[in-house]
Amino acid sequence: MVQQVDKSRPIENTKVFTSEETQKGYRLNKFAMSMCKPENRKAFLADEEAVLAAADLTDVERQLIRDRDWRAIMDEHGGNIYMIMKIGAVIGEGLYQIGAHQRGETYEEFLATRNAAGAR
Amino acid sequence: MAEIIAGIGTSHVPSIGVVHDQGRHNEPAWKPLFDSYEPVKKWLKETKPDIAIVVYNDHGCDFFFDKYPTFAIGAADAYPVGDEGWGRRPLPDFPGNAEFSWHLCNSLVYDEFDITVCQEMAVEHGFMVPMHLCWDHDETWPVQVVPVAVNVIQHPLPTALRCWKLGQAIRKAVESFPEDKKVVILGTGGMSHQLNGARFGHLNTEFDNDFLDKIEADPMALTEMTHQHIMEEAGAEAVELIMWLTMRGALGDSVSRVHRNYYAPMTTGMGLIALESAA
Repeated sequence: MVQQVDKSRPIENTKVFTSEETQKGYRLNKFAMSMCKPENRKAFLADEEAVLAAADLTDVERQLIRDRDWRAIMDEHGGNIYMIMKIGAVIGEGLYQIGAHQRGETYEEFLATRNAAGAR
Repeated sequence: MAEIIAGIGTSHVPSIGVVHDQGRHNEPAWKPLFDSYEPVKKWLKETKPDIAIVVYNDHGCDFFFDKYPTFAIGAADAYPVGDEGWGRRPLPDFPGNAEFSWHLCNSLVYDEFDITVCQEMAVEHGFMVPMHLCWDHDETWPVQVVPVAVNVIQHPLPTALRCWKLGQAIRKAVESFPEDKKVVILGTGGMSHQLNGARFGHLNTEFDNDFLDKIEADPMALTEMTHQHIMEEAGAEAVELIMWLTMRGALGDSVSRVHRNYYAPMTTGMGLIALESAA
Protein backbone atom coordinates (compact mmCIF):
# COMPACT_ATOMS: atom_id res chain seq x y z
CA MET A 1 0.00 0.00 0.00
CA VAL A 2 1.28 3.45 -0.94
CA GLN A 3 0.39 6.24 1.47
CA GLN A 4 -1.20 8.99 -0.57
CA VAL A 5 -0.67 11.83 1.92
CA ASP A 6 2.87 12.11 3.26
CA LYS A 7 2.68 13.73 6.68
CA SER A 8 6.46 13.97 6.80
CA ARG A 9 6.24 16.46 3.91
CA PRO A 10 3.82 19.18 5.04
CA ILE A 11 2.97 21.51 2.17
CA GLU A 12 3.77 25.10 3.00
CA ASN A 13 0.76 27.34 3.76
CA THR A 14 -1.59 24.46 2.99
CA LYS A 15 -4.11 22.46 4.97
CA VAL A 16 -4.82 19.01 3.61
CA PHE A 17 -8.33 18.02 4.70
CA THR A 18 -7.38 14.82 6.50
CA SER A 19 -9.11 12.77 9.18
CA GLU A 20 -7.61 15.08 11.84
CA GLU A 21 -9.03 18.19 10.19
CA THR A 22 -12.50 16.81 9.48
CA GLN A 23 -12.88 15.63 13.09
CA LYS A 24 -11.64 18.92 14.49
CA GLY A 25 -13.81 21.01 12.19
CA TYR A 26 -16.94 18.88 12.31
CA ARG A 27 -19.14 21.34 14.23
CA LEU A 28 -18.06 24.38 12.21
CA ASN A 29 -18.47 22.57 8.92
CA LYS A 30 -21.86 21.18 9.93
CA PHE A 31 -23.03 24.63 10.91
CA ALA A 32 -21.85 25.99 7.54
CA MET A 33 -23.63 23.17 5.73
CA SER A 34 -26.88 24.19 7.44
CA MET A 35 -26.75 27.38 5.32
CA CYS A 36 -27.86 25.27 2.32
CA LYS A 37 -31.40 25.72 3.68
CA PRO A 38 -32.99 29.08 2.84
CA GLU A 39 -34.77 29.31 6.19
CA ASN A 40 -31.44 29.00 8.01
CA ARG A 41 -29.89 31.74 5.87
CA LYS A 42 -32.84 33.97 6.60
CA ALA A 43 -32.61 33.31 10.34
CA PHE A 44 -28.85 33.99 10.36
CA LEU A 45 -29.32 37.33 8.62
CA ALA A 46 -32.20 38.29 10.90
CA ASP A 47 -30.47 37.46 14.20
CA GLU A 48 -26.97 36.07 13.93
CA GLU A 49 -26.44 35.96 17.70
CA ALA A 50 -29.56 33.91 18.29
CA VAL A 51 -28.58 31.43 15.58
CA LEU A 52 -25.03 31.13 16.92
CA ALA A 53 -26.33 30.64 20.45
CA ALA A 54 -28.60 27.82 19.38
CA ALA A 55 -25.98 26.11 17.21
CA ASP A 56 -23.88 23.16 18.33
CA LEU A 57 -20.66 25.20 18.46
CA THR A 58 -18.10 26.03 21.15
CA ASP A 59 -17.73 29.63 22.32
CA VAL A 60 -14.40 29.78 20.46
CA GLU A 61 -16.10 28.67 17.25
CA ARG A 62 -18.92 31.20 17.70
CA GLN A 63 -16.34 33.95 18.08
CA LEU A 64 -14.46 32.83 14.95
CA ILE A 65 -17.68 33.24 12.96
CA ARG A 66 -18.47 36.62 14.55
CA ASP A 67 -14.93 37.76 13.69
CA ARG A 68 -15.16 36.38 10.09
CA ASP A 69 -11.73 34.96 10.89
CA TRP A 70 -11.55 32.77 7.80
CA ARG A 71 -7.83 32.21 8.08
CA ALA A 72 -8.02 30.81 11.63
CA ILE A 73 -11.12 28.77 10.79
CA MET A 74 -9.27 27.01 7.96
CA ASP A 75 -5.75 26.93 9.39
CA GLU A 76 -6.42 26.03 13.01
CA HIS A 77 -9.99 24.84 13.46
CA GLY A 78 -10.61 22.30 10.72
CA GLY A 79 -12.79 24.45 8.47
CA ASN A 80 -13.34 23.04 4.99
CA ILE A 81 -13.38 25.81 2.41
CA TYR A 82 -16.30 24.33 0.47
CA MET A 83 -18.44 24.37 3.60
CA ILE A 84 -17.18 27.59 5.19
CA MET A 85 -17.79 29.59 2.02
CA LYS A 86 -21.53 28.96 2.53
CA ILE A 87 -21.35 31.20 5.63
CA GLY A 88 -19.51 33.78 3.54
CA ALA A 89 -22.24 33.61 0.91
CA VAL A 90 -24.93 34.51 3.44
CA ILE A 91 -23.12 37.64 4.62
CA GLY A 92 -21.86 38.69 1.20
CA GLU A 93 -18.22 37.62 1.42
CA GLY A 94 -17.35 35.51 -1.58
CA LEU A 95 -14.62 32.95 -2.14
CA TYR A 96 -12.09 35.53 -3.30
CA GLN A 97 -12.61 37.78 -0.28
CA ILE A 98 -12.14 34.73 1.95
CA GLY A 99 -9.04 33.83 -0.04
CA ALA A 100 -7.54 37.29 0.29
CA HIS A 101 -8.05 37.10 4.06
CA GLN A 102 -6.29 33.74 4.17
CA ARG A 103 -3.38 35.24 2.22
CA GLY A 104 -3.19 38.19 4.62
CA GLU A 105 -3.99 40.63 1.80
CA THR A 106 -6.69 43.13 1.04
CA TYR A 107 -9.15 42.10 -1.65
CA GLU A 108 -7.61 44.64 -4.03
CA GLU A 109 -4.09 43.38 -3.34
CA PHE A 110 -5.19 39.83 -4.04
CA LEU A 111 -6.96 40.76 -7.29
CA ALA A 112 -3.79 42.49 -8.50
CA THR A 113 -1.99 39.11 -8.37
CA ARG A 114 -4.37 37.50 -10.90
CA ASN A 115 -3.93 37.06 -14.67
CA ALA A 116 -7.40 38.36 -15.59
CA ALA A 117 -9.22 39.53 -12.50
CA GLY A 118 -12.31 40.39 -14.54
CA ALA A 119 -13.11 36.66 -14.62
CA ARG A 120 -14.94 36.65 -11.30
CA MET B 1 -25.33 -2.44 -27.61
CA ALA B 2 -24.45 0.78 -25.85
CA GLU B 3 -21.02 2.27 -26.43
CA ILE B 4 -18.84 5.06 -25.08
CA ILE B 5 -18.15 7.27 -28.05
CA ALA B 6 -16.24 10.07 -26.39
CA GLY B 7 -14.88 11.65 -23.25
CA ILE B 8 -14.52 15.21 -22.08
CA GLY B 9 -12.24 16.54 -19.37
CA THR B 10 -13.34 19.91 -18.03
CA SER B 11 -13.01 22.17 -15.02
CA HIS B 12 -16.18 22.93 -13.04
CA VAL B 13 -15.35 26.30 -11.46
CA PRO B 14 -18.50 27.62 -9.70
CA SER B 15 -18.05 31.26 -10.81
CA ILE B 16 -18.68 30.04 -14.39
CA GLY B 17 -22.18 29.13 -13.22
CA VAL B 18 -22.82 32.58 -11.79
CA VAL B 19 -21.66 34.24 -15.01
CA HIS B 20 -23.81 31.86 -17.07
CA ASP B 21 -26.90 32.68 -15.02
CA GLN B 22 -26.23 36.41 -15.34
CA GLY B 23 -25.64 36.19 -19.10
CA ARG B 24 -22.14 37.71 -18.86
CA HIS B 25 -20.58 35.31 -21.38
CA ASN B 26 -19.21 38.07 -23.59
CA GLU B 27 -17.32 40.04 -20.95
CA PRO B 28 -13.67 40.34 -22.05
CA ALA B 29 -12.26 38.20 -19.24
CA TRP B 30 -14.91 35.47 -19.73
CA LYS B 31 -15.31 35.32 -23.50
CA PRO B 32 -12.14 33.24 -24.07
CA LEU B 33 -13.50 30.61 -21.70
CA PHE B 34 -16.99 30.34 -23.18
CA ASP B 35 -15.74 30.58 -26.77
CA SER B 36 -13.44 27.63 -26.16
CA TYR B 37 -16.48 25.39 -25.56
CA GLU B 38 -18.17 26.25 -28.86
CA PRO B 39 -16.38 23.54 -30.90
CA VAL B 40 -17.34 20.97 -28.25
CA LYS B 41 -20.97 22.12 -28.25
CA LYS B 42 -21.08 21.87 -32.03
CA TRP B 43 -19.47 18.41 -31.99
CA LEU B 44 -21.99 17.20 -29.39
CA LYS B 45 -24.86 18.55 -31.49
CA GLU B 46 -23.57 16.52 -34.42
CA THR B 47 -22.78 13.30 -32.55
CA LYS B 48 -25.94 13.51 -30.40
CA PRO B 49 -25.02 11.26 -27.47
CA ASP B 50 -28.06 9.78 -25.69
CA ILE B 51 -26.50 9.65 -22.24
CA ALA B 52 -23.82 11.64 -20.40
CA ILE B 53 -22.05 10.03 -17.45
CA VAL B 54 -20.73 12.92 -15.37
CA VAL B 55 -17.95 12.23 -12.87
CA TYR B 56 -17.82 15.04 -10.31
CA ASN B 57 -17.56 15.75 -6.62
CA ASP B 58 -20.19 17.09 -4.27
CA HIS B 59 -18.91 20.20 -2.45
CA GLY B 60 -21.49 20.06 0.35
CA CYS B 61 -24.81 20.02 -1.46
CA ASP B 62 -26.35 16.57 -1.12
CA PHE B 63 -23.52 14.99 0.89
CA PHE B 64 -21.87 16.06 4.14
CA PHE B 65 -19.09 14.59 6.25
CA ASP B 66 -21.57 12.71 8.45
CA LYS B 67 -21.53 10.16 5.61
CA TYR B 68 -19.45 10.96 2.58
CA PRO B 69 -19.37 8.17 -0.01
CA THR B 70 -16.16 7.35 -1.86
CA PHE B 71 -18.13 6.58 -5.02
CA ALA B 72 -21.86 7.29 -5.40
CA ILE B 73 -23.98 6.83 -8.51
CA GLY B 74 -27.38 8.24 -9.31
CA ALA B 75 -30.12 5.77 -10.21
CA ALA B 76 -33.13 7.96 -10.88
CA ASP B 77 -35.20 9.28 -13.76
CA ALA B 78 -34.59 12.90 -12.70
CA TYR B 79 -32.01 14.84 -10.70
CA PRO B 80 -33.06 18.14 -9.13
CA VAL B 81 -30.87 21.23 -9.06
CA GLY B 82 -29.57 21.50 -5.50
CA ASP B 83 -29.11 24.51 -3.21
CA GLU B 84 -25.46 24.91 -2.23
CA GLY B 85 -26.11 27.95 -0.08
CA TRP B 86 -26.69 30.48 -2.88
CA GLY B 87 -30.27 29.47 -3.67
CA ARG B 88 -31.49 27.30 -6.52
CA ARG B 89 -29.94 28.20 -9.84
CA PRO B 90 -32.33 28.95 -12.75
CA LEU B 91 -31.55 25.71 -14.59
CA PRO B 92 -33.91 22.90 -15.50
CA ASP B 93 -33.67 19.66 -13.52
CA PHE B 94 -31.74 16.91 -15.26
CA PRO B 95 -33.35 13.89 -16.95
CA GLY B 96 -31.92 10.55 -15.85
CA ASN B 97 -32.32 6.97 -17.04
CA ALA B 98 -32.90 4.76 -14.03
CA GLU B 99 -32.81 1.55 -16.06
CA PHE B 100 -29.41 2.40 -17.52
CA SER B 101 -28.10 3.56 -14.13
CA TRP B 102 -29.20 0.36 -12.38
CA HIS B 103 -27.53 -1.64 -15.11
CA LEU B 104 -24.29 0.26 -14.45
CA CYS B 105 -24.65 -0.27 -10.70
CA ASN B 106 -25.19 -4.01 -11.09
CA SER B 107 -22.23 -4.38 -13.35
CA LEU B 108 -19.93 -2.22 -11.20
CA VAL B 109 -20.76 -3.98 -7.93
CA TYR B 110 -20.27 -7.43 -9.44
CA ASP B 111 -17.03 -6.07 -10.88
CA GLU B 112 -16.04 -5.33 -7.25
CA PHE B 113 -16.71 -1.58 -7.13
CA ASP B 114 -18.71 -1.14 -3.93
CA ILE B 115 -20.57 2.01 -4.88
CA THR B 116 -23.35 3.84 -3.07
CA VAL B 117 -26.54 3.73 -5.14
CA CYS B 118 -28.62 6.94 -4.92
CA GLN B 119 -32.31 6.95 -5.88
CA GLU B 120 -32.49 10.62 -4.93
CA MET B 121 -29.60 12.92 -5.71
CA ALA B 122 -29.53 16.70 -5.94
CA VAL B 123 -26.78 17.92 -8.24
CA GLU B 124 -24.54 20.96 -7.81
CA HIS B 125 -21.91 23.06 -9.52
CA GLY B 126 -19.41 20.24 -9.94
CA PHE B 127 -22.01 18.51 -12.11
CA MET B 128 -23.95 21.44 -13.55
CA VAL B 129 -21.19 23.76 -14.77
CA PRO B 130 -19.78 21.15 -17.18
CA MET B 131 -23.33 20.42 -18.38
CA HIS B 132 -24.16 24.00 -19.36
CA LEU B 133 -20.70 24.55 -20.79
CA CYS B 134 -21.15 21.60 -23.15
CA TRP B 135 -24.90 21.62 -23.90
CA ASP B 136 -27.48 24.29 -24.54
CA HIS B 137 -30.67 23.97 -22.58
CA ASP B 138 -34.12 25.46 -22.68
CA GLU B 139 -36.79 24.01 -20.42
CA THR B 140 -34.91 20.71 -20.48
CA TRP B 141 -31.60 19.12 -21.49
CA PRO B 142 -30.94 17.30 -24.78
CA VAL B 143 -29.22 14.36 -23.07
CA GLN B 144 -29.95 11.99 -20.18
CA VAL B 145 -27.43 11.95 -17.35
CA VAL B 146 -25.83 9.63 -14.82
CA PRO B 147 -24.18 11.51 -11.94
CA VAL B 148 -21.11 9.74 -10.53
CA ALA B 149 -19.89 11.46 -7.36
CA VAL B 150 -16.33 10.81 -6.14
CA ASN B 151 -14.85 11.79 -2.79
CA VAL B 152 -12.00 14.12 -3.64
CA ILE B 153 -12.42 16.44 -0.64
CA GLN B 154 -12.09 14.41 2.59
CA HIS B 155 -8.97 12.25 2.78
CA PRO B 156 -8.49 9.32 2.40
CA LEU B 157 -9.51 9.71 -1.24
CA PRO B 158 -9.58 6.92 -3.78
CA THR B 159 -6.24 6.63 -5.58
CA ALA B 160 -5.66 7.90 -9.10
CA LEU B 161 -5.32 4.30 -10.27
CA ARG B 162 -8.62 3.35 -8.61
CA CYS B 163 -10.35 6.18 -10.46
CA TRP B 164 -8.86 4.92 -13.72
CA LYS B 165 -10.05 1.37 -12.99
CA LEU B 166 -13.54 2.70 -12.25
CA GLY B 167 -13.52 4.14 -15.75
CA GLN B 168 -12.53 0.78 -17.21
CA ALA B 169 -15.34 -0.90 -15.26
CA ILE B 170 -17.82 1.74 -16.47
CA ARG B 171 -16.81 0.96 -20.06
CA LYS B 172 -17.49 -2.76 -19.52
CA ALA B 173 -20.81 -1.92 -17.90
CA VAL B 174 -21.89 0.35 -20.74
CA GLU B 175 -20.92 -2.18 -23.39
CA SER B 176 -23.07 -4.84 -21.75
CA PHE B 177 -26.21 -2.68 -21.87
CA PRO B 178 -28.45 -4.30 -24.50
CA GLU B 179 -30.01 -1.19 -26.04
CA ASP B 180 -28.25 0.95 -28.62
CA LYS B 181 -27.14 4.05 -26.76
CA LYS B 182 -24.39 6.52 -27.52
CA VAL B 183 -22.68 7.48 -24.30
CA VAL B 184 -20.26 10.29 -23.53
CA ILE B 185 -18.36 10.48 -20.23
CA LEU B 186 -17.23 13.69 -18.54
CA GLY B 187 -14.38 13.84 -16.03
CA THR B 188 -14.62 17.15 -14.20
CA GLY B 189 -12.73 19.33 -11.74
CA GLY B 190 -9.34 20.98 -11.41
CA MET B 191 -7.03 21.89 -12.88
CA SER B 192 -4.43 23.47 -10.58
CA HIS B 193 -5.98 25.40 -7.71
CA GLN B 194 -5.77 25.88 -3.99
CA LEU B 195 -8.54 27.43 -1.92
CA ASN B 196 -7.27 27.04 1.63
CA GLY B 197 -4.40 28.54 3.58
CA ALA B 198 -2.00 31.33 2.67
CA ARG B 199 -1.23 29.48 -0.59
CA PHE B 200 -4.79 30.32 -1.77
CA GLY B 201 -4.66 31.08 -5.48
CA HIS B 202 -1.71 28.81 -6.30
CA LEU B 203 -1.61 27.93 -10.01
CA ASN B 204 0.74 25.69 -11.98
CA THR B 205 0.28 26.17 -15.71
CA GLU B 206 3.15 23.87 -16.61
CA PHE B 207 1.67 21.02 -14.56
CA ASP B 208 -1.75 21.59 -16.11
CA ASN B 209 -0.48 21.53 -19.69
CA ASP B 210 1.57 18.42 -19.01
CA PHE B 211 -1.56 16.80 -17.55
CA LEU B 212 -3.50 17.72 -20.71
CA ASP B 213 -0.74 16.13 -22.84
CA LYS B 214 -0.72 12.94 -20.80
CA ILE B 215 -4.46 12.50 -20.34
CA GLU B 216 -4.57 12.14 -24.11
CA ALA B 217 -1.37 10.25 -24.90
CA ASP B 218 0.00 8.65 -21.73
CA PRO B 219 -2.71 8.38 -19.09
CA MET B 220 -1.02 5.48 -17.30
CA ALA B 221 1.71 7.89 -16.21
CA LEU B 222 -0.97 9.96 -14.47
CA THR B 223 -2.33 6.94 -12.59
CA GLU B 224 1.00 6.70 -10.78
CA MET B 225 0.68 10.13 -9.20
CA THR B 226 0.02 10.21 -5.46
CA HIS B 227 -2.35 12.76 -3.98
CA GLN B 228 0.67 14.25 -2.23
CA HIS B 229 2.40 14.87 -5.54
CA ILE B 230 -0.65 16.48 -7.13
CA MET B 231 -1.26 18.70 -4.09
CA GLU B 232 2.38 19.79 -3.81
CA GLU B 233 2.60 20.67 -7.47
CA ALA B 234 -0.82 21.98 -8.32
CA GLY B 235 -2.53 22.88 -5.04
CA ALA B 236 -4.56 20.97 -2.46
CA GLU B 237 -7.82 21.21 -4.42
CA ALA B 238 -6.17 20.17 -7.73
CA VAL B 239 -6.51 16.59 -6.53
CA GLU B 240 -9.95 16.71 -8.20
CA LEU B 241 -8.05 15.90 -11.39
CA ILE B 242 -8.08 12.21 -10.53
CA MET B 243 -11.69 12.26 -11.76
CA TRP B 244 -10.43 12.91 -15.30
CA LEU B 245 -8.79 9.48 -15.10
CA THR B 246 -12.20 7.83 -14.72
CA MET B 247 -13.21 9.51 -17.99
CA ARG B 248 -9.98 8.47 -19.71
CA GLY B 249 -10.11 4.92 -18.32
CA ALA B 250 -13.51 4.51 -19.96
CA LEU B 251 -12.19 5.39 -23.43
CA GLY B 252 -9.75 2.54 -24.05
CA ASP B 253 -6.17 2.82 -25.24
CA SER B 254 -6.49 4.79 -28.41
CA VAL B 255 -8.21 8.14 -28.71
CA SER B 256 -8.28 11.04 -31.13
CA ARG B 257 -8.45 14.60 -29.91
CA VAL B 258 -11.31 16.81 -31.02
CA HIS B 259 -10.44 19.91 -29.05
CA ARG B 260 -8.24 21.25 -26.26
CA ASN B 261 -8.04 24.55 -24.39
CA TYR B 262 -6.46 26.08 -21.33
CA TYR B 263 -7.21 29.37 -19.58
CA ALA B 264 -6.14 30.47 -16.10
CA PRO B 265 -7.60 33.90 -15.37
CA MET B 266 -8.18 33.85 -11.60
CA THR B 267 -7.49 31.04 -9.14
CA THR B 268 -8.07 27.88 -11.18
CA GLY B 269 -6.49 26.44 -14.30
CA MET B 270 -9.56 25.95 -16.48
CA GLY B 271 -8.80 23.01 -18.74
CA LEU B 272 -10.80 21.41 -21.51
CA ILE B 273 -10.10 18.35 -23.61
CA ALA B 274 -12.48 16.40 -25.85
CA LEU B 275 -11.46 12.94 -26.99
CA GLU B 276 -13.15 10.43 -29.29
CA SER B 277 -12.86 6.71 -28.66
CA ALA B 278 -11.02 5.08 -31.53
CA ALA B 279 -12.89 2.04 -32.84
